[in-house]
Amino acid sequence: MSTAVKTPQQLHTEFDVYRIREDFPVLAQQVHGKPLVYLDNAATTQKPLAVIDAISHYYRCDNSNIHRGVHALSERATEAYENARGAAQGFINAADRKEIIFLRGTTEAINLVAQTYGREHVGAGDEVLITAMEHHSNIVPWQILCKQKGAKLRVAPINDRGELVLEEFEKLLGPKTKLVAVSHLSNALGTINPIKQITRMAHERGIPVLVDGAQAAPRMPVDVQDLDCDFYAVSGHKMYAPTGIGFLYGKAALLEAMPPYQGGGDMIASVTFDKTVYNRLPYKFEAGTPNIADTIGLGAAIEYLNQLGLENIEPHEAELLAYATAEVQKIPGVEVVGTAREKAGVLSFVMGEIHPHDIGTILDSEGVAVRTGHHCAQPVMQRYGIPATVRASFGLYNTREEVDALVRGIRKVKEVMG
Amino acid sequence: MSELRELYQETILEHSRKPRNFGELPSASHKAEGYNPLCGDHYTIFVNLKDGAIDDIRFNGAGCAISKASASMMTQSLKGKTESEAEEIFSRFHDLVTGQQNGTDNLGKLAVFAGVSEFPLRVKCAALAWHALRAALRGDQQAISTE
Repeated sequence: MSTAVKTPQQLHTEFDVYRIREDFPVLAQQVHGKPLVYLDNAATTQKPLAVIDAISHYYRCDNSNIHRGVHALSERATEAYENARGAAQGFINAADRKEIIFLRGTTEAINLVAQTYGREHVGAGDEVLITAMEHHSNIVPWQILCKQKGAKLRVAPINDRGELVLEEFEKLLGPKTKLVAVSHLSNALGTINPIKQITRMAHERGIPVLVDGAQAAPRMPVDVQDLDCDFYAVSGHKMYAPTGIGFLYGKAALLEAMPPYQGGGDMIASVTFDKTVYNRLPYKFEAGTPNIADTIGLGAAIEYLNQLGLENIEPHEAELLAYATAEVQKIPGVEVVGTAREKAGVLSFVMGEIHPHDIGTILDSEGVAVRTGHHCAQPVMQRYGIPATVRASFGLYNTREEVDALVRGIRKVKEVMG
Repeated sequence: MSELRELYQETILEHSRKPRNFGELPSASHKAEGYNPLCGDHYTIFVNLKDGAIDDIRFNGAGCAISKASASMMTQSLKGKTESEAEEIFSRFHDLVTGQQNGTDNLGKLAVFAGVSEFPLRVKCAALAWHALRAALRGDQQAISTE
């Protein structure tokens, strides 16, 4: 029996993308007479059979409300739901399962923190610090909070490569800063932020840090204890799970002290007309019957990702990104937007005077699905003085041949648009 | 490819590269903005109405080839038309790009936009400047949005 440690190269060759593609039924189709090349994974990912089957199985066999019935179906549904929590805990290495709050997604998670922790701790004249590369969902909840409280939203700048300027970020951390909110991986630029450095800088001043993990969670191993972030927000649908489910991680001590987000069933321990005692974590933040089926689907997605291993997915996507970046840059007139040294998953580009919307239509005619527009990050577009970009974003099932199809499509754009 | 060629006809590409009546009209009696938040297309339409007719019309802004060519050719086709004639042309143009009309009667050069009907996602691009024009003529102050 061999106990030899596998080299990264060996591990990588075992990542059989062509076999993995068979797990995703949606990929085996033609669009406009061409094989579908799905490069819009930063918007949402496709779902493997394991996830589709888990949801189907739940509705066929176990459908029931959770945490209350004493009958068999309720017991099975509750167990499957809570197993998903355990899977989510393991996925980001949270210290305790009660630190995982199931919600609709990253957007709801950030809004929850803004309207519970934020409302308690941010006051008139205080500041919330974000960065110039945030998605609207990590801008607007803080704007709403700041308006409610008479607080100020501060924005740390990025450089031309699309990297956070850490020295400027640190200068903006002041006595009035009550919270930092930053993306782990930028959806518009692909930039990976140095979260450990950010949390260290903020914690030295006693400021908690929320991390928007929507794009990072499906692309790299995440360890919230190692990152030492206080909150981490995730969307299931961007990590091969269904839409409408995601989760918020929060350090237990913070979550314990926070007021509830919504009132209703499941989040209470006892109710009289005089007084309500809130349930313990995590249920305090899960009012009402939750999205049981999709939570179970999320659990199945995490199990699927664990089987493939993010340590294998990460280099696979890195290779695709490097190959795609090199190939598109060979085409005269193509300019990549976002050239951070630490980058993953996302290739944004522009082509001179040719508008991204026209590029998107022509790529679609070649079967290539990309996103065109501002990617819900209008301030990023303003930073670069452009209205929009074309964004190709990779998933674990993409191949080099699909990058070639993208490149052929871009050449076609030049042919059509002249 | 043929559908793409239908969409990106030479006339359309030429207008998108060299838009006519492009720029501000400081003396405009009416103006309105049109905005597509999905793709960032953003135009302002300036109109000078004189005795109920469009004496002058210009536009500025930025967007995709379809929206810009549409704005450019709209300004050409509407100069000298009355308000009600402009509404009528918009109505026929709208039918054309949404595929509700087979013929291209009375649309003149605007007939080149017939190919848009094969691309439902691009109808908003073709109609953006026209919606802004209608808002301008009706005196709506708020920027119109496709969403």
